[in-house]
Amino acid sequence: MKRVSLVFILALSVGLSTQMASAQTLKTVTDRGILSCGVSQGLPGFSSPDDKGNWTGIDVDVCRAIAAAIFNDPSKVKFVPLSAKDRFTALQSGEIDVLSRNTTWTLSRDTSLGANFTGVTYYDGQGFLVKKSLKVNSALELNSASICVQTGTTTEQNLADYFKSNNMKYEVIAFGSADETVKAYESGRCDVFTSDVSQLYAERLKLANPADHVVLPEVISKEPLGPMVRHGDDQWFDLVKWVLFAMIDAEELGITQRNVDDMAKSDKPELKRVFGTDGNLGEQLGVTKDWVSRIIKAEGNYGEMFDRNVGAGSKLGIARGLNQLWNKGGIQYAPPIR
Amino acid sequence: MSDEVAFVRQELVPERAAPVRTTGFVGFLRTRLFNTPTNTLLTVLSALLIWFTVVPTIRFLLVDAVWHGADRNACLAENVGHPVGACWPYVTAKLTQFIYGFYPAAERWRVNLTFLLAALLLLPLLIPRLPAKSLNACLFFIAFPVVAFFLLHGGGMTAFAVSGAIISILLFLLSGGTRTGWLALGVSLAWFVGIGIVIDSMGDAGRLPIVDTRLWGGLLVTLVVSVTGIVASMPIGMALALGRRSTIPLIRIFSIAFIEFWRGVPLITVLFFATYMLPLFVPANFTIDGLMRALIGIAVFAGAYNAEVIRGGMLAIPRGQSEAASALGLSWWKTTGLIVMPQALRHVIPGLVNSFISLFKDTSLVSIVALFDLLGTVRASFADPVWATPTMLFTGFAFAGIIYFSFCFGMSRYSLFVERRLNAHRRN
Repeated sequence: MKRVSLVFILALSVGLSTQMASAQTLKTVTDRGILSCGVSQGLPGFSSPDDKGNWTGIDVDVCRAIAAAIFNDPSKVKFVPLSAKDRFTALQSGEIDVLSRNTTWTLSRDTSLGANFTGVTYYDGQGFLVKKSLKVNSALELNSASICVQTGTTTEQNLADYFKSNNMKYEVIAFGSADETVKAYESGRCDVFTSDVSQLYAERLKLANPADHVVLPEVISKEPLGPMVRHGDDQWFDLVKWVLFAMIDAEELGITQRNVDDMAKSDKPELKRVFGTDGNLGEQLGVTKDWVSRIIKAEGNYGEMFDRNVGAGSKLGIARGLNQLWNKGGIQYAPPIR
Repeated sequence: MSDEVAFVRQELVPERAAPVRTTGFVGFLRTRLFNTPTNTLLTVLSALLIWFTVVPTIRFLLVDAVWHGADRNACLAENVGHPVGACWPYVTAKLTQFIYGFYPAAERWRVNLTFLLAALLLLPLLIPRLPAKSLNACLFFIAFPVVAFFLLHGGGMTAFAVSGAIISILLFLLSGGTRTGWLALGVSLAWFVGIGIVIDSMGDAGRLPIVDTRLWGGLLVTLVVSVTGIVASMPIGMALALGRRSTIPLIRIFSIAFIEFWRGVPLITVLFFATYMLPLFVPANFTIDGLMRALIGIAVFAGAYNAEVIRGGMLAIPRGQSEAASALGLSWWKTTGLIVMPQALRHVIPGLVNSFISLFKDTSLVSIVALFDLLGTVRASFADPVWATPTMLFTGFAFAGIIYFSFCFGMSRYSLFVERRLNAHRRN
């Protein structure tokens, strides 16, 4: 009892002395010397701790890029692992400066949570994983299939919508966690496993014979995932938004982590604007003129970030698909830096 | 002369077959395992059961297991060439996370130091032969929690000094005030000054960097939660058990209501309530640390259970004992503290250890309220695509199971030892 009450009082005093949230987020972050970034507690390819406990993934790299733009040091980020329930509260209370946690951009979230989405880091969607032996080539052939799904997610809702609109019957077998769901699918409890496509690729790695299973081409929902910031601080909103845009524009302009120094010396007016040798675009955002080269040197362009975490350079091996640049068949499109 | 001795036998006794052996391995088989048809059947069934459970387990954990490797490729059947069992390099790679969670690598010495201090204080407390039990107990139950809090959480030197002073004064009063308390005061102050100097020389400007409890994880959280729960639930339980037997109606009704309420609610509900509902009832800028909420919830919950266990022990003490104590002129406090409680607690050791063990395992429920205990960290590591293999889940859970089992088995064996020691007078 003594221990509890003492620790209780001490924790209380620590809690009360924590600073309250401020509208001047950029100034707060600069003064604090570290960016506080909310991530998930473990999602393959987006944010998961590696063997040394360092965070890796797309959501994580977006935060590192913001830190690189502000501090010229991608390591100045404190990652706060958040559950799906806690994430918005943590952002509203000012505990984190930016929420980069695999959050789907929807109208209700954009309006009701007192926060704004700054862009789309990954276009995801719900898909189906089936055994090759079933010889199914399209989701439309799944009539009267039994489907394993993780309960308590929007996945179930999407599934019901899709099967109803296509006049197909199905049987749902729901489980509490993604790992249980995929084990049930593997042991034959159901014919199909459905989840977000990125998740399907990650879970497929845990199957005994991944080559015996195939992800169907149909994607039945739109899941644009992106970072969020609080309402009421437009300067911070602009900065977070443009860090992602800069990474996408850099890929379009051919700027990579390797050639960034050479490109910075270029005489092309477009590149001179990007690298800040001409004009002061970075300063208008509240950071330095060389903000783009800081970001690219630290994290690479969007394509490099994608390959490293979920694409060909990772264990997941997800194709670019929708996340390809707009001029290469995808829909990743960023406004120009000028 | 010799002719007259008629009873001397002239020829050798014919050899007989050796008797059925009743000792040694064969004898054991014959007398215990195969002596009747029923036993033979049971023996065969048990042997089959062992064959179909223990053998595959050993195959999975040891024979087919992969021991070395850098990533998932090392644990895939197509690369190894035979069916793969446990993927131990995955556990090796994640081991630091399973123990410390996200505790920053540079600060992990603080966790190690806390574990070491706990072991140094706890072991002499558990071995009956060693002296200075009361001082040792004071240090472990009062001084250690505060030191552990400052080591693990970090914080300013001032707060540490203040809490050191408070504890020293408490110890001083507890051990007899101005008459006999000086020794305890001196020891306690020396202890705190010593720790303070160590922290001062190590931290930058006398300040350990604060490690938010959100970053704590793994075995650290499991141990913090279960040790706090076990230690804090005992006084709560004793107070409630006494309260329930009290003759003052208000206290009795309060104790009954408290015990019945907390026993009637599932632990998950308690944790959910403490974590997600409590903040809605208190002012917005009044926050309690997430781990602290879970700790309070678990301590109260376990306290209600212990209260009933201890009350059971008190019911077993004959009324004559307290009447005799009254006749000798002992006050209620002395009767309770010297006569009733020691005997009651001795009676209920198995029951108490039972609830401690179940509490230790119940700590895994905190992963539901976003705290990473041992099981939570193991589950989180399943998200790492670098180690994603078909046997990853089984390996992770097997490892967690082994850890939980060794702690629970240790507690259970120690309680047997204590029981035998305390009940020495009953042995015949």
